[in-house]
Amino acid sequence: MSLTLQNVSRVVDGETWISDVTMTLEPGSFNVLLGRTLAGKTSLMRIMAGLDRPSSGNILMNDVDVTGVAVQKRNISMVYQQFINYPTMSVFENIASPLKLAKKSQKEIDRRVRETAELLKIDNLLDRLPLELSGGQQQRVSMARALVKDADVVLFDEPLVNLDYKLREALRSELKDLFEARNCIAVYATTEAQEALALGGETAVLHEGRLLQKGPTPTVYHRPQDIETAEIFSEPPINIVPGRVTENEVTFDEQVHFRLNSDLASLEPGNYKFGVRPSHIGLAPHADDDLEIMVTVDLAEISGSETFLHVHSESYELVLHLQGIYQYRPDEQITVFFPTHKLYAFAPDGRTILVPGRAEGL
Amino acid sequence: MAEITLKTLAHSYSKKPAGPEDYAIRKMEHVWAQGGAYALLGPSGCGKSTLLNIISGLVTPSEGDVLFDGKRMNELPPEKRNIAQVFQFPVIYDTMTVYDNLAFPLRNQGGFSEDWIREKVHEVADVLELSGELKRKAKNLSADQKQKVSMGRGLVREDVTAILFDEPLTVIDPQLKWRLRRKLKQIHERFDITMVYVTHDQLEASTFADKIALMYEGQIVQFGTPQELFERPAHTFVGYFIGSPGMNFFEPRLTDEGLMFNGKAIPVNEQILDKVRRSGSDNIRLGIRPEFVTLGTDTGEQRYEVTVTGVEDLGTYQMVDVEFGPVTVKVRIPEDQPVPNDAASIGFPDPWLKVYVDERLVEADHE
Amino acid sequence: MNKIENNKAWFFVIPVFVVVAFSAVIPLMTVVNYSVQDIFGANSAFWTGTEWYREMLRNPDLQAALLRQFAFSFAILAIEVPLGIGIALLMPKKGWAASAALVLVAMPLLIPLNVVGTIWQILARSDIGLLGWSLSSLGMDYNINANAADAWFTIILMDVWHWTPLIALLSYSGLRAIPDAYYQAARIDRASRWAVFRYIQLPKLTNVLVIGVLLRFMDSFMIYAEPFVLTGGGPGSSTTFLSQALTTMAVGQFDLGPAAAFSIIYFLIILAVSWVFYTAIMTLQKDKSAQQ
Repeated sequence: MSLTLQNVSRVVDGETWISDVTMTLEPGSFNVLLGRTLAGKTSLMRIMAGLDRPSSGNILMNDVDVTGVAVQKRNISMVYQQFINYPTMSVFENIASPLKLAKKSQKEIDRRVRETAELLKIDNLLDRLPLELSGGQQQRVSMARALVKDADVVLFDEPLVNLDYKLREALRSELKDLFEARNCIAVYATTEAQEALALGGETAVLHEGRLLQKGPTPTVYHRPQDIETAEIFSEPPINIVPGRVTENEVTFDEQVHFRLNSDLASLEPGNYKFGVRPSHIGLAPHADDDLEIMVTVDLAEISGSETFLHVHSESYELVLHLQGIYQYRPDEQITVFFPTHKLYAFAPDGRTILVPGRAEGL
Repeated sequence: MAEITLKTLAHSYSKKPAGPEDYAIRKMEHVWAQGGAYALLGPSGCGKSTLLNIISGLVTPSEGDVLFDGKRMNELPPEKRNIAQVFQFPVIYDTMTVYDNLAFPLRNQGGFSEDWIREKVHEVADVLELSGELKRKAKNLSADQKQKVSMGRGLVREDVTAILFDEPLTVIDPQLKWRLRRKLKQIHERFDITMVYVTHDQLEASTFADKIALMYEGQIVQFGTPQELFERPAHTFVGYFIGSPGMNFFEPRLTDEGLMFNGKAIPVNEQILDKVRRSGSDNIRLGIRPEFVTLGTDTGEQRYEVTVTGVEDLGTYQMVDVEFGPVTVKVRIPEDQPVPNDAASIGFPDPWLKVYVDERLVEADHE
Repeated sequence: MNKIENNKAWFFVIPVFVVVAFSAVIPLMTVVNYSVQDIFGANSAFWTGTEWYREMLRNPDLQAALLRQFAFSFAILAIEVPLGIGIALLMPKKGWAASAALVLVAMPLLIPLNVVGTIWQILARSDIGLLGWSLSSLGMDYNINANAADAWFTIILMDVWHWTPLIALLSYSGLRAIPDAYYQAARIDRASRWAVFRYIQLPKLTNVLVIGVLLRFMDSFMIYAEPFVLTGGGPGSSTTFLSQALTTMAVGQFDLGPAAAFSIIYFLIILAVSWVFYTAIMTLQKDKSAQQ
């Protein structure tokens, strides 16, 4: 079973929600829809599900046009942000509900519910009511209900947003394993770049209703086609510094100059936007020709094992992603080291001109 | 000025607690210094909200005392404690303007001239970047502005010596969160006020606080800086809860030669080993964070053979799963480090391998 | 077409159309039909246009009934709303006392309208009724059949007794919906009891009170059974409200045309007043927010 969207658009009250999206989801693939709030992730999923009809364009399943076919007639299941279960039914009945609708035999229902519950580690909770469970367990029940009926397409709309980070960690890795053994198409919407990377598979980056780029997740991450993709697919967002390239020199902000090095040699003279990942700026130099920049600390955000250091110089703001814990007070002056070898270069119109080389040449 | 002391404090919601499991807060001794920024961090149900309510006066502890600057506060209601509180959902007076919201506590207190109130309100609004909104109805503000207003009502009062925050960023847009976090930090620098911040999120806690009290099952299992929690978890739960993913744990066997795992000796400090032996416990665990495990192909002293079972490219780094005997160990390595194909070796550099007996950290005495 | 077509859904809407048609549209149209004709028998009817309407608007009895009606409705609203809020504030918040209070307060609402009238008629009797007897023995010359003021007093008292619980219950549920954090914050801000009411409880009650006031206005404007049983509209016509005046005309005198025209006028008045009231409150709320 493959799912193809052909030039799909959706316009509501004169506003374009989805603009000319074309993509094919292969059988057995795990697809992440990555985009900020209101990028069109949910709209696109609703079109895939058949809950909404596109204003133009077609949807094909296995090369059969299903554009106008109602959701009930497509074999699809969906998991939402909110934990949606039937409050008066037990966990068993909740999971069994799609099978009962499909009029399966009692024996088969029993077997499949237990199998699925076991996969999701809720087999000891089958007699309980959903509201007696913790948030994480409730979301497991709704996932089990989505998985039990062997849908051709399973859609996840930011299912982990309302869980705390330890539960997210656990469920995310389980989810990935669950789908490895299945032959259905999984679509997973998220706003978080780190979640997309952790889930792997394929990633489609959405922005303002447009599909910016789709491909294997690491490729999209390391080789974004334009500046918007790079910004969306980076958490914290990639740092962008405007600069000018002349015969043998690069200038940032008329202030910082350095010689063109081998990585940047291919750049034609002109204006560029340079991108540098937060993890590539350091408190110590990585290479001899790193640039030393004096900056002022705005805030050190610390996440248990990592530090996101927000700083600014006179004309631009930077974010550093550091491993380990660094406590700085706001307004402290520090020196950071800006790499000259790991730079992305984007044309003024946003196209990617240069991607830094990687060890394995990904 | 308030130094907050919890003295042999415990709390149970049941009238006749039978055992430790009946306590929401188990017996604790604790001091929060005047002017510090503290976080109460823990998963839901760990007792952090109960503890906050005991400090604010909404709950009276069943045992022990709450002291503010040495004075017993147990039965005093919130309005008599010189504290302010910011709740999970912004609490504002809908029908009032921002100005009137900020002036409200001062007017209730009485005895201030309107001129003085105006000066005070403008000063606080200035710090909170609300000066332009003073004439607006508070109801029409965005969630982050509302949260600033509810904080402002505490800051205008000169008698307030502590502000308590109960997951104040829950309803704030993710993009705005870091600005508000920064604002909180600045306010803490500027006003000499003790701040206690309750959250289940390690990012919130570590960013805000100088020191974190990590709670688990009604107890503070570690009280330390974010760095201490990361580098020297005092309890296995700290190792698990802090960091994503948390610490790797495995259970060695205690033999005459020392600690053994997967058929090989794992050397630890003599003094620590001695303490482990003397404890007589068989609940011994070794823990090391994924960030500190080294991965390579070299063999030899203190290298342990493993099989690589999975690699995740997480962009800025790679997370490698290796099979180390019966357990899977997670190793975090830089994005450009090559990963061995199948057979590999890991190492546990000193001092990052930690020993836990009965879930608590065992350390060598400092010289 | 943005939605996937699914025609089955329309079948679910059909019953609503049918019910609304039979319950509202068709009867209303019949009345409109009567109001513009003079009907003598089965097959003889004359087109009269707006004649009945003009006549009704000029009718002094009906004008008087209309004034009385407004006086009554505003009087009971002015009493029931504050009283209802007051009762809601005093009701216990949890435990068995809360349930008991709810049942007690709701009791008058469970009594059928004409039974209410009968109960109060007996209560008001000066020979055996508790109210009448008490007032008489206090030396007051209390007689609802002779004294218009007594009749008004009793009718208003009856309506307050019967319907204040509705406002109280609505307010009670509104008060329960206010999160505890608001009260805690107010305590920390050292707000007085009055300030808590004025700045937390009252603003949060606005929405339920709008519904309560609208319901009470419409209901009281259509009041019929209770005063009819209690005073029969008297003494004289001092307590004859609109619906009773209408019924007398339509049933008693069988003036179908004028009665129909009057019904339509009556209906439009209620509609207009409710609409004005509702938009006034809503714009008042919006204005407050839009001012800045």
